[in-house]
Amino acid sequence: MIIAERKPIQEILEMVRNHQRILMVGCKGCVTVCNAGGKKEVAILASALRIARRKQGKPITIDELTLDRQCEPEFIAWLDDPIKKNDYDAIISLACSIGPQYIAEAFDTMVVLPGLNTSFMGGTLEHGIWGEYCAACGSCEIHNFGGLCPITRCAKGLLNGPCGGSVDGKCEVNKDLDCIWELIYKRMKKLGQLDRLGQKIAAKDWSTSLSGGPRKIIREDLTI
Amino acid sequence: MPRVRGTQGSQKRQTMTEEFEPQIIAFCCSYCSYAAADLAGSIRMSYPSNIKVILVPCSGRVDPVYLLRAIEEGADGVYVTGCMEGDCHFLTGNFKAKKRVSYIRKMLDEIGIEQDRVQMFNMSASDAPEFARVAKMMTEKIRALGPNPLRDRQHFNSRKNCNSIALCN
Repeated sequence: MIIAERKPIQEILEMVRNHQRILMVGCKGCVTVCNAGGKKEVAILASALRIARRKQGKPITIDELTLDRQCEPEFIAWLDDPIKKNDYDAIISLACSIGPQYIAEAFDTMVVLPGLNTSFMGGTLEHGIWGEYCAACGSCEIHNFGGLCPITRCAKGLLNGPCGGSVDGKCEVNKDLDCIWELIYKRMKKLGQLDRLGQKIAAKDWSTSLSGGPRKIIREDLTI
Repeated sequence: MPRVRGTQGSQKRQTMTEEFEPQIIAFCCSYCSYAAADLAGSIRMSYPSNIKVILVPCSGRVDPVYLLRAIEEGADGVYVTGCMEGDCHFLTGNFKAKKRVSYIRKMLDEIGIEQDRVQMFNMSASDAPEFARVAKMMTEKIRALGPNPLRDRQHFNSRKNCNSIALCN
């Protein structure tokens, strides 16, 4: 899933400095699971902003709404009615950065503000802790590395690791970071595939990554 | 002239502080502090009437937004009482409450509200004197801090400014 975290409240307060009536939109997708932009987080942030603005003597009205997802136009369309019926002067989106972009494209006269910083693609390590697992390079090669991704999880992104900086299974860049190449070695040893580690991996074709601008996938069997 | 206005403001605030009776919300766990409050009543032990007790099945049931909403609605102080650490009926509810209270305290500090308006205490069901002591201590602390700063604001009307759209929720 996409992992995000709330922007500092002062940064959000600065963004809404000149606004008085706001719609805060949460998302029930990834950001609910990572506790950054679900219904509960919308309620907390909206309350905090109202308190801060009232203390400043500049009260703000914030309506709260959480969509099933903000990364699909059909759910963004659910904002039509509330926006028509209310004179909002800005929308704060608590989704990954796809949400505010979709809202901005759907409502071209509306100021859209991001409430979250989109951090990475990852998973839950334990409740309240998330780790990065994928760099979305567009051409997955983890089958060569025992199912683990050195592009994302090696600080140097080495395909022919390890480097000489691994100490007691930890990375030289960050002592809290496991050396992924040690984990790859241990895993491939268990799989009986150590011989594969001797083979050189050719330079990766990065054309499937962001090098050509934003990517698009077209599935002819699904398009109407 | 601004100095004159400032002086008047501070005099007004001082007067308000002298006459100030804080409104304090206490979220009390049914397995410890709520029973302790009950016991305090049974043995005729007095505690300040400033405390408004809200029964919760566990301190871990207290959502962070309850604490913020209490401040937003005008409470001068809010506290959560849970079982002694290690004694939670649901094992970890009081630890969760402790972290949530800490999270909200930091958030209040960030937005310029005194973080001591929100606190957490631990006590056992049999400790009526502790319940009364905490109630008195919290009342004195909030009295010293003064009224919730949102109360002064002329536009204060939290219900009007607190809308949640029911659509698809």
